[in-house]
Amino acid sequence: MLTIHREIIEAIVAHARRDHPDEACGVVAGPVGSDTPARHIPMENAERSTTFYRFDSTEQLRVWREMDDRDEEPVVIYHSHTATEPYPSRTDISYAGEPNAHYLLVSTRDPQTAEIRSFRILDGQVSEEPVQLVGESMEAMRSYEENGDPHAVQSFMFGQSPAAVDYECQP
Amino acid sequence: MAIDVRIPTILRSYTGGAKAVSSAGDNLAELLTNLDGTYPGLRGRLITPEGGLHRFVNIYVNDEDVRFLGSLDAKISDGDTVTILPAVAGGAFGLAAAAAVLGR
Repeated sequence: MLTIHREIIEAIVAHARRDHPDEACGVVAGPVGSDTPARHIPMENAERSTTFYRFDSTEQLRVWREMDDRDEEPVVIYHSHTATEPYPSRTDISYAGEPNAHYLLVSTRDPQTAEIRSFRILDGQVSEEPVQLVGESMEAMRSYEENGDPHAVQSFMFGQSPAAVDYECQP
Repeated sequence: MAIDVRIPTILRSYTGGAKAVSSAGDNLAELLTNLDGTYPGLRGRLITPEGGLHRFVNIYVNDEDVRFLGSLDAKISDGDTVTILPAVAGGAFGLAAAAAVLGR
């Protein structure tokens, strides 16, 4: 299970929306061994592509060193899919090189609803996990104050989309 | 001469859990061969069977990505730090298609 502060999810979705239709990517750092994502670090997509992302290697070194100096590790590594479901592609699986990280995928294919799913990827094996949000939403509070609807700005859909077909489903 | 080599989490199974190890070599190719002598199997995770640098890893000499320093020919001097990191990449596109398009 990934437990993450609502504000961090909002910041990740805002980053993905901002870069749409290009894929957005980044990291959420947290204290080593804590499994707690605490510090959101949006990264450049060096490929600036709608279907591929890659951290800029120089920026990555700087960010990884900074995490090391602060006794942090990448707790979450996220990127967006901008036209397809938020499920790891074969490319995502072959590159997954941080065994302790939660791989968070956001799909921005729907302009109103961001789909968010989280995965562990170890030795090429993908396992989905639930996402639990904690904390108050600044965005929702502002939205509530402005127009009485806590979900007017952006809604989130977690886990497998009900519209998706599970071909592996056995009776 | 001693080169400080930083090992990423995913490869620490080769170094007995060590986060940093010491090795030697005048260039990256030599260093990786020496490292593999001490930690067998490590080189195979960094170099393809064809002998090129694996696209799944980034290797740096001090602050510079070795892809800008001649890759395996990158010169290394006593006191340098070599950092290995997993490349973070992916996306909706298939790997084979991406490799073809990007010419990698």
